[in-house]
Amino acid sequence: MSATPEDAVREAGQYDDLVKSEYEHGFVTEIESDTLPPGLDEDVIRAISQRKGEPEFMLEWRLSAYRKWLEMPTPKWASVHYPPIDFQSISYFSAPKKKEGPKSLDEVDPLLLETYEKLGIPIEEQKALAGVAVDAVFDSVSVATTFREKLAEVGVIFCSISEAMQEHPELIKKYIGSVVPATDNFYAGLNSAVFTDGTFVYVPKNTRCPMELSTYFRINTANTGQFERTLIVADEGSYVSYLEGCTAPQRDENQLHAAVVELIALDDAEIKYSTVQNWYPGDEEGRGGIYNFVTKRGDCRGARSKISWTQVETGSAITWKYPSCILRGDDSVGEFYSVAVTKGRQQADTGTKMIHLGKRTSSTIVSKGISAQHGQQSYRGLVRIAGKAEGARNHTQCDSLLIGDKCAANTFPYIEVKNPSAKMEHEATTSKISDDQLFYCRSRGLSEEDAVSMIVNGFCKEVFNELPMEFAVEAQKLLSISLEGAVG
Amino acid sequence: MLSVKGLKANVGEKEILQGLDLEVGPGEVHAIMGPNGSGKSTFAHVLSGREGYEVTDGSVTFDGADLLELEPEERARIGLFLAFQYPVELPGVNNTYFLKAALNAIRKSRGEEELDAVSFMRLMKERLKILHLDDSLLKRPVNFGFSGGEKKRNEIFQMAMLEPKLAILDETDSGLDIDALRIVADGVNALRSPERSMLVVTHYQRLLDYIQPDYVHVLAKGRIIRSGGKELALELEEKGYGWIVGEEAA
Repeated sequence: MSATPEDAVREAGQYDDLVKSEYEHGFVTEIESDTLPPGLDEDVIRAISQRKGEPEFMLEWRLSAYRKWLEMPTPKWASVHYPPIDFQSISYFSAPKKKEGPKSLDEVDPLLLETYEKLGIPIEEQKALAGVAVDAVFDSVSVATTFREKLAEVGVIFCSISEAMQEHPELIKKYIGSVVPATDNFYAGLNSAVFTDGTFVYVPKNTRCPMELSTYFRINTANTGQFERTLIVADEGSYVSYLEGCTAPQRDENQLHAAVVELIALDDAEIKYSTVQNWYPGDEEGRGGIYNFVTKRGDCRGARSKISWTQVETGSAITWKYPSCILRGDDSVGEFYSVAVTKGRQQADTGTKMIHLGKRTSSTIVSKGISAQHGQQSYRGLVRIAGKAEGARNHTQCDSLLIGDKCAANTFPYIEVKNPSAKMEHEATTSKISDDQLFYCRSRGLSEEDAVSMIVNGFCKEVFNELPMEFAVEAQKLLSISLEGAVG
Repeated sequence: MLSVKGLKANVGEKEILQGLDLEVGPGEVHAIMGPNGSGKSTFAHVLSGREGYEVTDGSVTFDGADLLELEPEERARIGLFLAFQYPVELPGVNNTYFLKAALNAIRKSRGEEELDAVSFMRLMKERLKILHLDDSLLKRPVNFGFSGGEKKRNEIFQMAMLEPKLAILDETDSGLDIDALRIVADGVNALRSPERSMLVVTHYQRLLDYIQPDYVHVLAKGRIIRSGGKELALELEEKGYGWIVGEEAA
């Protein structure tokens, strides 16, 4: 028994069976998919919009995004390397075949439920134990939504974005693309044109969402790019915490994932967004891993609002991701806490942008990068203090931990200050797990693996402290598993 | 308890231990003294299984086990403890958590039940009391930002918690002022018991004023060239190492 919850987390991180080191979640569920043939043109976009029964304004928005996307170049500035992607070889829609949407879990395809069981996230159990409502995205269509009634009681809308477009078109119309416009960047443009599903959350005024909201994404059908779209709106004085966790089955060909996440916090609202990402990183040579090109941005639109990103990134062949905050409202607060692990041939270029527009806005950035084997990692962060952002503050801390001598870590901090009253702090460190540290731990009876896991978890502690409890446990476990065999 | 026979070990091409023999019985405290470069620290490291040393000849049995065949953590689990000359810092790793993980790894390997947080805290309080230490070090990361004296005290505290059968104290007196030395030595003395042997590796006699050994050995050029009771240490203090080492050479 553990005396405190903190101990429970530590113990879970420490004593879990860490035997398997190959990617644990590499299996494929056999379910017939209704899949569009590969290729992308305006007809494909019309077909997606039609299949989803979208309102006319969405189709127009998608088509306009597509036309602009055609003129955009692929971004080349990130410190990652991969062969050019053939966007015509991707199938843009894949839905598990079902005539009617399930009304309860009993109606959900048992094979799907089994998949979640294998991932260790049995919906039934979660419902009972954790009080977590799960909107599960399996391929591109949401298949199960739980706890909706309970949320509805307090007026919280938590549903797939497809449903939201039919049931709450006015909210979608008002907010979609208002944080990440379709022209924002190449992958956001593509997502705007072809996104198939995702999550919508609306928390009404002065409402504290009664539970953590959670979505598990999973890429399943071969060659199907995933283009989720998530939109979370926290109205004045509200609070919501959202958890996102990802795994994917093993595949030979690279799979593209280009999601867009938009968060909007109005006056005095707070959004906490946590991610544990564990997509297939590819084999030892990096073949077959996921390309994770994601645009995540939060808009602190209201005064005294707060948006906090916490991410633990252990998977994917390539990660290209900068969860950002636009601090528009006066006295608004942005936070970014990140742990990123690269090993094998994984590459990650990740960081954040904090755009200070309002007065007395403040932001905190804590980034912990861990590289092992041939892992390549860059922290890329921008802190911009606009001319009107009187009294803005930022604290940035970037730490890199290297394991072995073939990996690399880079830090690219960009700082633009246009108001002389700004207070900026930047700290950066790079360290290695030394043989001395390992020997010291082993001479006290700890195995080498436990020693590495302990040192790495110690390194990441500040970030794990920001995660909700159940995610912190999962994150420690993930970290231990993913660093197995990375030493020596 | 510990039986070292004809131990030879290299660092790179250089032979540092050149046929070392030593017998340590249960509950005995042995001091290993010797001039700089005599192989004292190498001996401590070879016993604890540190990499970078090649054993070329000889044997070491500990409590019936062939020590040289075991990984460092396995040696720790059967009751060997090395108090480091330079304890290593582990930033972010909480001292209490570290000790609990270590103790439970050892207990698990022995088929004993792991201690839960409550029993562990109880044990920790009890050991702190024996050593007259306060708990200020326990909330901090392992050795991180500790003063020299704090680091050495932490080593002794770890020893008290892990309850080894054989503790090797590698130059535990180095870098300590006289007050810190006394605290550490008092701790070591409190942990002496008929079941626990100790190997005190030191350059100077002064530590032996506080930790009275049963036997004193002089190590030079990788071998033990003289053994005696604690009066040998006093003789060394008075005359230096030169006369013994010289005698040996003659």
